[in-house]
Amino acid sequence: MNFKTMTFVGAVAMALPTLGVAEPDDDTLILNGDTEMTTKAPAPAHLEDAVDTIMSGWHFRSDETQMMQADDFDNPGMIFAEQGRELWNTVEGTEEKSCASCHGTPEDSMKMVRATYPKWNDEAEEVRTIQMQVNDCRENRMGAEPWKYDKGGSLPMEALIASVGRGETVDVAIDGPAEAMWEQGKELYYTRTGQLELGCVNCHEDSYGMMIRADHLSQGQINGFPVYRLKNARLNGVHSRFKGCVRDTRAETYSPGSPEFVALELYVASRGNGLSVEGPSVRN
Amino acid sequence: MAEGVRPRVKVPRSAEAGEVVTIKTLISHKMESGQRKDSDGNQIPRSIINRFVCAFNGTNVIDVTMQPAISTNPYFEFEAKIPEAGEFQFTWYDDDGSVYEESKSVEVG
Repeated sequence: MNFKTMTFVGAVAMALPTLGVAEPDDDTLILNGDTEMTTKAPAPAHLEDAVDTIMSGWHFRSDETQMMQADDFDNPGMIFAEQGRELWNTVEGTEEKSCASCHGTPEDSMKMVRATYPKWNDEAEEVRTIQMQVNDCRENRMGAEPWKYDKGGSLPMEALIASVGRGETVDVAIDGPAEAMWEQGKELYYTRTGQLELGCVNCHEDSYGMMIRADHLSQGQINGFPVYRLKNARLNGVHSRFKGCVRDTRAETYSPGSPEFVALELYVASRGNGLSVEGPSVRN
Repeated sequence: MAEGVRPRVKVPRSAEAGEVVTIKTLISHKMESGQRKDSDGNQIPRSIINRFVCAFNGTNVIDVTMQPAISTNPYFEFEAKIPEAGEFQFTWYDDDGSVYEESKSVEVG
């Protein structure tokens, strides 16, 4: 073996641990010591050609971050869910109603909401996200000012609604009247944008389990939204997250609440059909 | 008083005499450092909780001075030995003079 070959072998051996692989772990998420969550599941039928197993972003985080989410006291996102509960019981608007006036306790009335939204609304003939539905209630039933998308009371309310549905299995309807919107979302998912010419697919389908600079690339599942991020110490909405991703491809972004992002939310949510609702989850 | 401040404490309801238990505390507070500026360029005044104290039956357990670099919703987890049945008192002191209190009793046996 001459010197050249030896250095080559040495270089390969040294490079192996840093190839940029950041495989998801096999831990089990048990919430508050009693509710076992489904964080890995077989891919839904529409996704079978692309991915075998769908995985919650929880598996891509460090043990410390994972533990924070497993206990409601340790989960900082639950502070916002508590704020959401105060809003739930606050009477607002000209009709002098609160959410509780019609919907009682969220544990009873909102249990399946996070798991099934975005959802087609027959009367309005559109696909609605939770925030759109909340604002419809605020405007038309309470006579109150709507909240801006991913701002004000929107995220605490969404966190409350998600928190009471934790453990339920995501099951977003993609057929029937919602299909056109779903197709539009799929189109967006697979379209490359920006100066970097990246689509959602390039990172979250082709490259999950790899490193993106210093961070782990997950499948981009949204079953854990709204998400408490350690980096900004507050709740982050799905659309704001989309906006951040699109911005990072150096493209002009759509706005949170825009029809494009509603379509994308519907499509991405359907990629997680089979996982447990986790929101508010804890991520980096 | 800063908005939305609510202390939360987790202490076991009962323990053996002499047992060391884990105590978790969290208080929701924006912890404004005083170093940020608003969209008009004006400095946002500092508003933090500057001291946290825990006592058991009047005996000090922990006394913490907090500085502006501490993040929102400060969380403290620590251990304490339970010599007898009694009550933990938790006190947070705000820059604006507000004092937030919480207490939890522990049984022995």
